[in-house]
Amino acid sequence: MIPRHFVISVVVMFAVALGMSSYVWHMRSHARETRPAAAADNRPVAAPVSGPTGQVTLFVANDQTGELRARSARIPLPAGRQAHAEELLRALFSLYLEKNSSHPLGPGSEVRNIYLVDPGLAVIDLNQAFADGHRSGILVEELTVASLAETLSANLPGITRVKFLVEGKERDTLAGHADLSEFYEVSAVNQMVARLQVAQ
Amino acid sequence: MRWINPSWISSRTNNSRTSRRKTLVPGATWLPVLVILFLASVLLLSGVPDEKRISIYSTVANYSLQVLGRDGADYVGLLEILEPLGEVSARTEGERWKLRYNDVDAEFINEKKHVRVRGKDFDLPTGFHLENGRGLVPLSSLTTLLPRILGGPVTYHDLSRRLFIGSVAVHFTAQVIKANPPRLVMNFSAPVNPMIATEPGKLRMVFTREPVLPTSSLNLTFDSKIILSANYGEINGSAEIAVNATVPLLASFSNNGRTITLAPVAMPATQPQAPQVSSGPPSTPAPALPSQAAPAPRRYFAVVDAAHGGDDRGAALSDQLAEKDVTLAFARRLRQELEARGLTTLLLRDNDSTLSLDQRASTTNSVHPAIYICIHATSEGNAVRLYTSMLPAGSENRGLFLDWDAAQAASHTLSLTAQASLSAELQHAQLPVHSYIAPLRPLNNITTAAVAVELTPSGNDVAQLNSSPYQQAVSSTLASGLASLRTQLETAP
Repeated sequence: MIPRHFVISVVVMFAVALGMSSYVWHMRSHARETRPAAAADNRPVAAPVSGPTGQVTLFVANDQTGELRARSARIPLPAGRQAHAEELLRALFSLYLEKNSSHPLGPGSEVRNIYLVDPGLAVIDLNQAFADGHRSGILVEELTVASLAETLSANLPGITRVKFLVEGKERDTLAGHADLSEFYEVSAVNQMVARLQVAQ
Repeated sequence: MRWINPSWISSRTNNSRTSRRKTLVPGATWLPVLVILFLASVLLLSGVPDEKRISIYSTVANYSLQVLGRDGADYVGLLEILEPLGEVSARTEGERWKLRYNDVDAEFINEKKHVRVRGKDFDLPTGFHLENGRGLVPLSSLTTLLPRILGGPVTYHDLSRRLFIGSVAVHFTAQVIKANPPRLVMNFSAPVNPMIATEPGKLRMVFTREPVLPTSSLNLTFDSKIILSANYGEINGSAEIAVNATVPLLASFSNNGRTITLAPVAMPATQPQAPQVSSGPPSTPAPALPSQAAPAPRRYFAVVDAAHGGDDRGAALSDQLAEKDVTLAFARRLRQELEARGLTTLLLRDNDSTLSLDQRASTTNSVHPAIYICIHATSEGNAVRLYTSMLPAGSENRGLFLDWDAAQAASHTLSLTAQASLSAELQHAQLPVHSYIAPLRPLNNITTAAVAVELTPSGNDVAQLNSSPYQQAVSSTLASGLASLRTQLETAP
């Protein structure tokens, strides 16, 4: 004869197991329903930055006037030059990805990485969406290149050359015009920016 | 780039001379030593032979390997040949080298001719070499050894060292289209990308990666007084097609690299200064070779380059309008306007062909024009834009050889002058204009004055870019501006 308390314990444990299975099944269904929405969101995800904020100068392109304008902004300033550089360009891209941007970039455009290589070389690795979605034209491509290079060199002293990569690889041109095969000398970019500002 | 301080060399030389004078033998004794050193260095520098290579073509990959000399014969690493073709491994057991390729076993013995493949014995022409675990087989054995390992036929061209595994050959046909000027159209059975070099009376195409083979004769003769013949040859792992002509030829690619069209570079009339109204190529091209034309005055005043073309559509200006079509139409119109003012003009692209940026720069530099004008178009903006090159900070010229990326440096001031003059002319004609510098190739690679023109619609109507009145107004104004610069540009060094 099976003791009564043993039967009661087995029944209670069986009921708890059933309840937990039902709960897990419910949670999995819920997760499956919410996952596609998360995958469709391809907006660039900014890494959480802690620490003090600081004043920086962003060189913002304007397609209407065909010039670069220096604009002050307050952004988080993480420790380390590389993190600082990434935060600078992230701030610049957020301006270009706004709805009424003066120089719109393609959706999903973002900076994958920035490598600061001694002495004075900054390598900017951009994503495929940036290159694929960029508009084609000499000036519009030049403005993008000049804006990125000038913003970096103006805020991070010591950068003398800038190289652009797309998905970690070299590319001949940005969108058919601006040459990306060579290194950009900051001194030459400064001249280019000066001409962009006096051309109007 | 390093520089040597001459004063440092001088002081070092004087010091050494002084110190040696007391202890060493008289200078006359050194003369034979110096002569021997000089001769030895000349021999070393001039006698270095090209590295021998074997090219291997297969359905899986085309590749090239270094050929090594052993015992007076040519050898190649067997593992390196087989690696791209399948799963291969090798191990050394004393003097024996055991190879496994997919499911085939082979065994070689160092310094021996005897080989066993798939359990069957046979002999190599010369001994097998085992060097640091690497197995070397004679090239002359490949036609007998490889079929046993691969299980299929191979063809080996002994003199040129080209190995064909299976049916991989790329064949071609060549036909001269009798037009004015005539064109040689070469159709290949697969895309090709040869290195192209020109010399007086000849254009050479060298195929290093493609298994190009002639369909029939090695020498083709054409019924043309301009494009005479084409000869096929093979050397050091490469195939070469040399086209003989009485005028310089320009190659263009189409059909995804399967068709190469060679056409004469359009020649101006014998009197370059005489005004011309015709926009087409001159009816009587001067059959002059570059060597004959060298001392002659400048053949072209301007080279006009319609940007993009062929596979490169440029910007999509609208659903129907591609940048390459607008640039070609405008370039033709600009040539017409320039020639109407007596300015001889070469149009780099006169059809929908693909030209690389290097080809555009090379052709321009080879004809030494007074100015290079590159045409672009965009759907955004409201003014004609003029660009000069953005030069790198320094250049690395070596004697007579210019740094390719900074070849424009010597002419940059002239380019800025031309840009300013064209800008003034457009403003005078009430056409809005802006001037910039831009990182735009091939401006940096041009050795004469170089300006890029970007056409923009004055409003939101992109179709205006292709309209006759707009193109006529801009091209006519640019031509007038260039005509006013003629003396300045032509007298520039």
